[in-house]
Amino acid sequence: MTTAPADRPRPGPAVFAPWDEPDAVPLIQFKNVTKRFGDFTAIDDLTLDIYTREFFALLGPSGCGKTTMMRMLAGFETPTEGKILLSGQDIAPIPPNQRAVNMMFQSYALFPHLSVWENIAFGLKREGKDKDTIRARVDEMLRLTRLEKFASRKPHQISGGQRQRVALARSLAKAPKLLLLDEPLGALDKKLREETQFELMDIQEKTGTTFVIVTHDQEEAMTVASRVAVMDEGKLIQVATPPVIYEQPNSVYVADFIGDVTIFEGTVRKDGEHYRLDWAEGQPPLRVRSPASLRDGQTAYVAIRPEKVEIHHNRPDDHNVLRGKVVDIGYLGNLSTYHVELPGGRMIRAQNFNTERDTRQPFTWEDEVWVNWTETCGVLLER
Amino acid sequence: MRRFALIAVPYLWLLALFLVPFLIVLKISLSDIALSIPPYAPTLDLSAGWEGVRSFFAGLDFENFVFLTQDDLYWKAYLSSVWIAAVSTVITLLVGYPIAYGMARAAPEWRPTLLMLVILPFWTSFLIRVYSWMGILANEGFLNMVLGWFGIPPLQILATNTAVYIGIVYTYLPFMILPIYATLERMDESLLEAAEDLGCSRLTAFWLVTFPLSRGGVIAGCFLVFIPAIGEFVIPSLLGGSDTLMIGKVLWEEFFSNRDWPVASAVAIVLLLILIVPIVLFQRNEQKQREAA
Amino acid sequence: MRRFSWFNVTSLTFGFAFLYLPMVLLVIYSFNASKLVTVWAGFSTRWYGELLRDEQFMDAAWVTIRVALFSSTLATVLGTLAAVVMIRAGRFPGRTLFSGMIYAPLVMPEVITGLSLLLLFIGIGLDRGIFTVVLAHTTFAMCYVSVVVSSRLATFDTALEEAALDLGCSPFEAFRLVTLPIIAPAVISGWLLAFTLSLDDLVIASFTTGPSATTLPIQIFSSIRLGVSPQINALSSLLIGVVAIGVIAASLATKRRAVTQAREEQAAARVTG
Repeated sequence: MTTAPADRPRPGPAVFAPWDEPDAVPLIQFKNVTKRFGDFTAIDDLTLDIYTREFFALLGPSGCGKTTMMRMLAGFETPTEGKILLSGQDIAPIPPNQRAVNMMFQSYALFPHLSVWENIAFGLKREGKDKDTIRARVDEMLRLTRLEKFASRKPHQISGGQRQRVALARSLAKAPKLLLLDEPLGALDKKLREETQFELMDIQEKTGTTFVIVTHDQEEAMTVASRVAVMDEGKLIQVATPPVIYEQPNSVYVADFIGDVTIFEGTVRKDGEHYRLDWAEGQPPLRVRSPASLRDGQTAYVAIRPEKVEIHHNRPDDHNVLRGKVVDIGYLGNLSTYHVELPGGRMIRAQNFNTERDTRQPFTWEDEVWVNWTETCGVLLER
Repeated sequence: MRRFALIAVPYLWLLALFLVPFLIVLKISLSDIALSIPPYAPTLDLSAGWEGVRSFFAGLDFENFVFLTQDDLYWKAYLSSVWIAAVSTVITLLVGYPIAYGMARAAPEWRPTLLMLVILPFWTSFLIRVYSWMGILANEGFLNMVLGWFGIPPLQILATNTAVYIGIVYTYLPFMILPIYATLERMDESLLEAAEDLGCSRLTAFWLVTFPLSRGGVIAGCFLVFIPAIGEFVIPSLLGGSDTLMIGKVLWEEFFSNRDWPVASAVAIVLLLILIVPIVLFQRNEQKQREAA
Repeated sequence: MRRFSWFNVTSLTFGFAFLYLPMVLLVIYSFNASKLVTVWAGFSTRWYGELLRDEQFMDAAWVTIRVALFSSTLATVLGTLAAVVMIRAGRFPGRTLFSGMIYAPLVMPEVITGLSLLLLFIGIGLDRGIFTVVLAHTTFAMCYVSVVVSSRLATFDTALEEAALDLGCSPFEAFRLVTLPIIAPAVISGWLLAFTLSLDDLVIASFTTGPSATTLPIQIFSSIRLGVSPQINALSSLLIGVVAIGVIAASLATKRRAVTQAREEQAAARVTG
């Protein structure tokens, strides 16, 4: 994992990257964990370390096993094989009500018969703390989540965003070592979701709690997380920081799952400093720089992000130049996405920032255009 | 015009066959018994014009109600009806709650079948369900036969209040189970996981989360048993003894055996007055449930 | 995941044993050759034969069926009308009284309903018989029908009716062609409920009938007052059997319909998708 410090999502005095330090002790360790439900294998021989103060995202489509991992951490499921360690201790024998782990439920699971205040105090009362301690802690949580005004309301008397914050406050009240968030923002609308993402990051930093979030929303994972684990069919595909996941995906699956991408399939051959990918009869090969070592003649893929593809009226003097025709334009305000059809019917997407305040589009339907990208922009993938 | 007809048909039907009869009961409860046909006085004589109406109202009084307070048979019957209904309601709750809970926690593919099994007795005759206990509780019945195998001396249960309790619990049990099941089944299971996650054992999670959340169903179930049980006639007359006092039975006997229509009507009016409180409370609970849902 | 719980299994087992054991015993002993309740004297269908030869019971059964058919049909029409009025007619003078009159019979003790109707029939000089019982049963059953139908109507999407009006239906046609077919299951279960209530009723029928029309419950009641009788056991078993077959058949039919529908939806999805 080699990323420049400037790529780090979290600016701070020291770079936060315990996963790069060889002697850092992980908070959570999954050791060859397998979980089966009958014939169905939800988690398949999975090993993973998560470190203290991390904001770790489990990302994947529904049914990929991310929720099962979270429920095993909370204690609602036990692994069929393998071990899960929390601070070096096997947590299998500890029932959910005695774990220093709390969970924020997807449905929030707020107790409808209790007020906001009583919901937040619920876990503290179970610990048998004295009244003053509980009151002080609940008030602190209400302040943290800006809910002071709603303390005496019932859950059905507040808005969706407020409910989300109550659920967060309730699960944080016991100051768990680890907080699990199951699709925490899934029920909110887009604008509120974006605001709340930053609030979550803020709260995570203030409390210094380790967060593990489960989500199927790649944008959300990229925004909030220090590291993202992309999962599919019970396996980890890639675990890395968001910039690495985006710019250096390790597979077509990851490249395709995160963001927009055009993928060319072909055979590869080494040519000095770089590789060439022959992808279609009569088309120039694609040039790509890559640290990977591939055999000549091997099947490989080049993935290229639309924002790295330039679009021109005249042929530019560069490598990776393809001729095509604009068939579709998606105007998004700040940028436009062009769907360009290459000879032979292949589609490639190119994005242009609309930096000029001009109502006319620089390119329009049926325009004959040239697209190109530099040899460092494409990503060469083996699978 | 069509809308008017639409409203008028059911409206007039209910006025004629529900409200008017009820007003007649009220009127007769204020009349005196008479040895004539109909066996009460006064009767409204419209042929005498205004004078007839005036003498009709002058003839009405609260004598029958005063009589109810004087004869201790009546207030004892009211009290004992309320008592028997209340005790039976509590027992029904204790029997019904675990069943409703077990149903709501059963595998989802089993629930429709279990629900059908609870509703099925509804469709069989009430009379037959009460009757089935006569064979069990009789002195030479099944229960005493089974007790006999274990050397336990026979019990006299039929024709006592115990038999009435059993009968009410048995016949009204579905009324208790269904509303409780409905609230439990609706409950989000992640609430229980959240409670466990926050440090509850399973038993405390039940008392702090499950039970409070099923309260609406419990209250509804209790009223659904309590209200009809007060006015019950079939169960006390088949399973109860001659000393089992329930107001429905008293009213029946007052009417059919003593043929004292005015007193029977007064008994009915007082019974309704007693029922108003639980009915209003029940309606309020239903309202609250609807708002919460 | 669901955890297996001994507590739940035990409470369900005992609960359903309590609900069904009395009826099972009743059915078993209806085949007892002996007249005594607990003495098993061998299998026999003797009591069924005696029952079918008993004219009093057969007459009563016939009266009951006629009363139930008439009153439940009438109650379904009136109850559906009342439900439409409650949900759709908006505000009109006396609406509160109307809804009160619909809900009150549901909580009214049967003895009072019976008594009040009897006093009415005597007051207007109506001869008591099948006709008066039908009137009485219609009145209290229509309230049950109206509750069943109105709860379905309350969740009915009015946009469907508006679409029908938009496509040229008169309001009555819209109701007949769109609303009624959709709420039909509720109307049918309302009818079934009314039919069962009428079959089952002892108290109201006792008050409102005359000597010419003895219904089955009245006949049963007068004979079991004296104690357990094997003939009644046979009759009860027949009634229980009819109900059990009916309910099981209905639930199987519903299940089959759900399965077919799911299969058709799948097939359709494969064709279009």
